[in-house]
Amino acid sequence: MTDVAASPPGMLAAAWLVARKDLAIEFRTRTAFLSALVFALLGVTIFYFAWDATAVAASDLAPGVLWVIFTFAGLLGLQRSFGSELADRAVDGLLGAPISRESIYLGKALANLVFVSGILAVTIPAVVLFYNLPFGTGIAALAGIAALAAVGLVAVGTLFSAMAVNTRMAELLLPMLSLPFFVPVVMAAAQSSARLMAGRPVAEAWPWLRILVAFDIVFVTACTLAFPFTLDE
Amino acid sequence: MTSGQPSAPLTIPPQRDPLLGVALLGIAAVYVRALAFTPIEARQGAAQKIMYVHATSAFIALYVAFVLMAIASALYLWLKDEKLDRVAESAAEVGLCFTTVVLATGPIWGKTIWGAWWTWDARLTATLFLWFIIIAYLLLRGAVEERGRRARYSAVLGILASFLVPFIHLSVYLFRTLHPMPILLKPSAPSLPNEMLVTFLFSFAAFTLLFIALLRARYRMATLRDYLADREQERA
Amino acid sequence: MQAEGLVRTFGGRRAVDSVSFTLHAGDCLALFGPNGAGKTTLLRMLAGLLAPGQGTVRVNGVPVKEGAAARAQVGLVSHASMLYGVLTARENVEFAAKLYGLPDPRGAAMRALELMRVEDRADAPARTLSRGLQQRVSIARAMVHSPRLLLCDEPYTGLDDAGSAALTDALTERREEGAALLLVTHNISEGLALATQAAIMRRGRFVRHEARDLLDVRAYQTQYRELAAMHD
Repeated sequence: MTDVAASPPGMLAAAWLVARKDLAIEFRTRTAFLSALVFALLGVTIFYFAWDATAVAASDLAPGVLWVIFTFAGLLGLQRSFGSELADRAVDGLLGAPISRESIYLGKALANLVFVSGILAVTIPAVVLFYNLPFGTGIAALAGIAALAAVGLVAVGTLFSAMAVNTRMAELLLPMLSLPFFVPVVMAAAQSSARLMAGRPVAEAWPWLRILVAFDIVFVTACTLAFPFTLDE
Repeated sequence: MTSGQPSAPLTIPPQRDPLLGVALLGIAAVYVRALAFTPIEARQGAAQKIMYVHATSAFIALYVAFVLMAIASALYLWLKDEKLDRVAESAAEVGLCFTTVVLATGPIWGKTIWGAWWTWDARLTATLFLWFIIIAYLLLRGAVEERGRRARYSAVLGILASFLVPFIHLSVYLFRTLHPMPILLKPSAPSLPNEMLVTFLFSFAAFTLLFIALLRARYRMATLRDYLADREQERA
Repeated sequence: MQAEGLVRTFGGRRAVDSVSFTLHAGDCLALFGPNGAGKTTLLRMLAGLLAPGQGTVRVNGVPVKEGAAARAQVGLVSHASMLYGVLTARENVEFAAKLYGLPDPRGAAMRALELMRVEDRADAPARTLSRGLQQRVSIARAMVHSPRLLLCDEPYTGLDDAGSAALTDALTERREEGAALLLVTHNISEGLALATQAAIMRRGRFVRHEARDLLDVRAYQTQYRELAAMHD
């Protein structure tokens, strides 16, 4: 081997490398994604029968169902985020590499974001179909809200997943830690999408969208800064 | 049990904390005053007297215990001093007691003045989630074996939780204002009559003392536990 | 590479206690010690995976703590393979090469695999490889960026004769190119074969540390056994 001029990747480039590696692993196995997807679709159908269809209009139910199901399906995805790193201590390879700790977090979070976006991309049409929602401008708005909600969810979930995986009861602890943090996200997403899907003016959903955006900014920043502390040092 | 043993070369708060006695006496005195010497609130009746426990506990849980936990957590990540981790741990656990008191007394009061045990009032809901978060915090502590890692993980959660509470409060508030519900009575009267105010302030002082005393006792326990763990490891 | 007064405690236990030593280019330190002596903790500190409680580690004068620039110079072979089971051997090494910012990651990965003589299994997923082959890939992973300091935690464990020969050749080559090596092992003769220095670690401390030339292998072996037995 000859010495070559190597220049370690910058923060975003390194994050992209980590994310691509995670997605390659995910794509090879696919089990986690498919399970989370089937779980989401099952949830959407089961929820339909949990209410009296004559008393509550399906379209009133849809936003709540969508976001609750999405939250739990997302948790399934986040659960396995750090498993591949710990199996053979591959994480040591990342930590020993000349990339920043923050970029590892961003990479992991990015891969998780793709994961939950994939679930949303199927679940939203499923909800529209099963709950007989009107197609139209509402769907585009819904996609925007979904993107905002997914960022917040993934930011917090990735951090807690990194912590929970090192504890004695990872499967239980991740939802315990994450769900309180998902409360403002689910509330804001459900409320704003309910208004938009009902054809109300955007101004009515605006306060909720502001909460979503603020949540994303605060928690993406805080979790990126906090992540290095979850590593053994 | 401890009397015959050599004392450890440690600075631990004394085992019998006179403050605890003072605080308990103070609370007893507050209640004697509240029940016997403070007038009954005209509209709410005797149920209003629960305020002397409810409101003070709520204040201490949120603005003293929780804030202390968040600050100690942040300082821990900065200074890496185990004492700060013990402060955060103790504040969380004592805070959980006070939060539980708030959640237990709230519905009792609410039933008489709102006619319902539970209302999704912004403050009560935020307290409920605070309760969940503190429980998650304590569960996390219980699930991490290694002490340094436990301290770092719980500090991270402590700090993030302090960012979360305003968001929850804001969302619940927004949820309520956009879905107006009949409010029979505002829970907090803007101005209290003089005698009630004095009782309230007394109660506040007594509960603050109780918090400090419990915090010290819990802190002492954490110090001793870590000390014993250290000694065990040294011996191994 | 220079280590100065390294201390690391876990709870109340001192896993590594006041360890100092220097390795120059081409040096090889063979580090022996019973289980639980603190060797792995020491290596993790040198690799920048653990922060020392006290003391500093410098590589080429740059403190490892300060991050990326120093870590780029270090390679680590540890007990765990550090591989992603689903990815192929080549993908694993190539991923490492990309993390180190090598200009031709695929070429570098193939060269590293050839060096460890596992290039014919390059496209097999890591988890389908035998323990010994995984170890070879793991070593290739650690060497792909031609580190100036190579830390090996019992690298011969699990390797067959061919693997051991490949490893010895690779280590010799790295040394001739001016890298410093640190070799942790239980096998005295194996360790001393390449070493220029030898040290014995016990309860977090270097209890012996001397130049290889001054040692008689057989006497050293006996003394090491005595020291190791004292621990139990």
